Amino acid sequence: MNKLEVNNLNLFYGENHALKDISLPIPAKQVTALIGPSGCGKSTLLRTLNRMNDLVEGVKIEGDVMFEGENIYADIDVKQLRMRVGMVFQKPNPFPMSIYDNVAFGLKAQGEKDKELISEVVEESLRSAALWDEVKERLHTPAMGLSGGQQQRLCIARAIAMKPEVILMDEPTSALDPIATHKIEELMDELRKKFTIVIVTHSMNQAKRISDKTAFFWMGELVEHADTDTLFQHPVDSRTQGYVSGEFG
Amino acid sequence: METASKMGQVTTSLTPAKKIDWIERLFHGLFFISAMVGVISVITIGWFVFYEGLPAFKEAGLLNFIFGREWLPPALYGISSMIVASLISTVGAVLIGVPIAIMTAVFLAEIAPKWMANIVRPAVELLAGIPSVVYGFFGLIVIVPAIEAVFDIPAGNTLLAGIIVLAIMILPTVITISETSIRALTPTYKAGALALGASHIYTIFNVLLPAAKSGIYTGIALGIARAIGETMAIIMVMGNAPAMPGSLLEPARSLTANIAMEMAYATGIHASSLYSTGIVLLAFIILLNAGLLYLNRQRGHA
Repeated sequence: MNKLEVNNLNLFYGENHALKDISLPIPAKQVTALIGPSGCGKSTLLRTLNRMNDLVEGVKIEGDVMFEGENIYADIDVKQLRMRVGMVFQKPNPFPMSIYDNVAFGLKAQGEKDKELISEVVEESLRSAALWDEVKERLHTPAMGLSGGQQQRLCIARAIAMKPEVILMDEPTSALDPIATHKIEELMDELRKKFTIVIVTHSMNQAKRISDKTAFFWMGELVEHADTDTLFQHPVDSRTQGYVSGEFG
Repeated sequence: METASKMGQVTTSLTPAKKIDWIERLFHGLFFISAMVGVISVITIGWFVFYEGLPAFKEAGLLNFIFGREWLPPALYGISSMIVASLISTVGAVLIGVPIAIMTAVFLAEIAPKWMANIVRPAVELLAGIPSVVYGFFGLIVIVPAIEAVFDIPAGNTLLAGIIVLAIMILPTVITISETSIRALTPTYKAGALALGASHIYTIFNVLLPAAKSGIYTGIALGIARAIGETMAIIMVMGNAPAMPGSLLEPARSLTANIAMEMAYATGIHASSLYSTGIVLLAFIILLNAGLLYLNRQRGHA
């Protein structure tokens, strides 16, 4: 069962044809990694999945993205889409407010007033993000006081609090040290049981460690996608072969 | 050296430090003197205002001066009506001007399409450059008659006219500084909030404005300083009667107007009392800055 399906997607930034006829199925409750050199379009594709590209001026999109059988580029409520398809960014971006308020933010934005319910969700989400034990004594202190790795797990908790079905991760560990990265990867191993995860990563080792499927992008094209083991061990395309063997990129 | 260059090698030898680096010294001195110009000015102004103003405090008594309701030089020196006029006109201007200014700033930073922002922004900046005497004209021609018509009173030169003119005058300061501080925020705040399914409006009120708070406070404080210090426009539209205003539809005289209107002919204690009025004005400005510092420090701890 595919959670998301990208069908013949073309994306233009003005004159720049950034994504060229992409078709990619994203299976439910699996980790799909998008890899490729900088500027290949992998982050751009990720941002089409929750329509964050809408924020960029002059973007034009053709083709469609099916989410649970519905085209998200049809006339839909983008806010609902983004609640169901959460996102974690490259640089940890907690809001300048307390740890608690960061996690509660999404619920409050939906108009949730029940304080008990919010507290429950905050605790549950922080536990799911493996952060609860580190912050339970200081929930009402500024989130900016956390370390980079903790901030990123807070951002994951913030996304989980919306009970999404999909979590998009845009190079979530590229700003973190190896220990913090390891913690996030461990966490992802837990999250994959409940969520469909799409992750953009620069690290081929990370893709190998954590993903079930891998898609390789090259200059706006999806060159090939397959089970992660297959793609790394028996790449079909010579460009994939060159990239995964470290010859270039 | 010679052998080295003969052998074709590049050598860089470290020379001993000069005893005194005059260029370095010269510029340090220049920077220091520049910094001192402002500090010395503030001290000089403070010193002279106090030096000239103290005799009136002594003559009238500090409490009588501040709380006295009658201003009848050379007999009675009470400026409470002017303190009230200055405070009410400033508070009124802030209550009207600040919400408009913040909403304009949000509009420019977040909502307006580029072409529209490019029309509105220069218009706002132009507003900042208009001399206050021209604001006074505007008040006389537009606001004062409008008040006469709306409230059916004989003279529109009232506290309310002052409030409206001041509200417009503080707009550009508050707008410009608020917009700049909203724009200075990292775009990841907005992206993060929208990615959680929050609406644009919710994001503006719950993430962007709180995050830009300290900049907005600074803009408001500068706006208040401008309002409380404004003289010319106020003299032109507020009626200047040195009596306690009973309502917003009565004329009033601000602290600044009091100084400007009587300075030309005042002598002796009367002149000194105008300096004392200046001391009170300075005290308000100092309180304002202290309040701002306190607010921004609070934020630092939050």
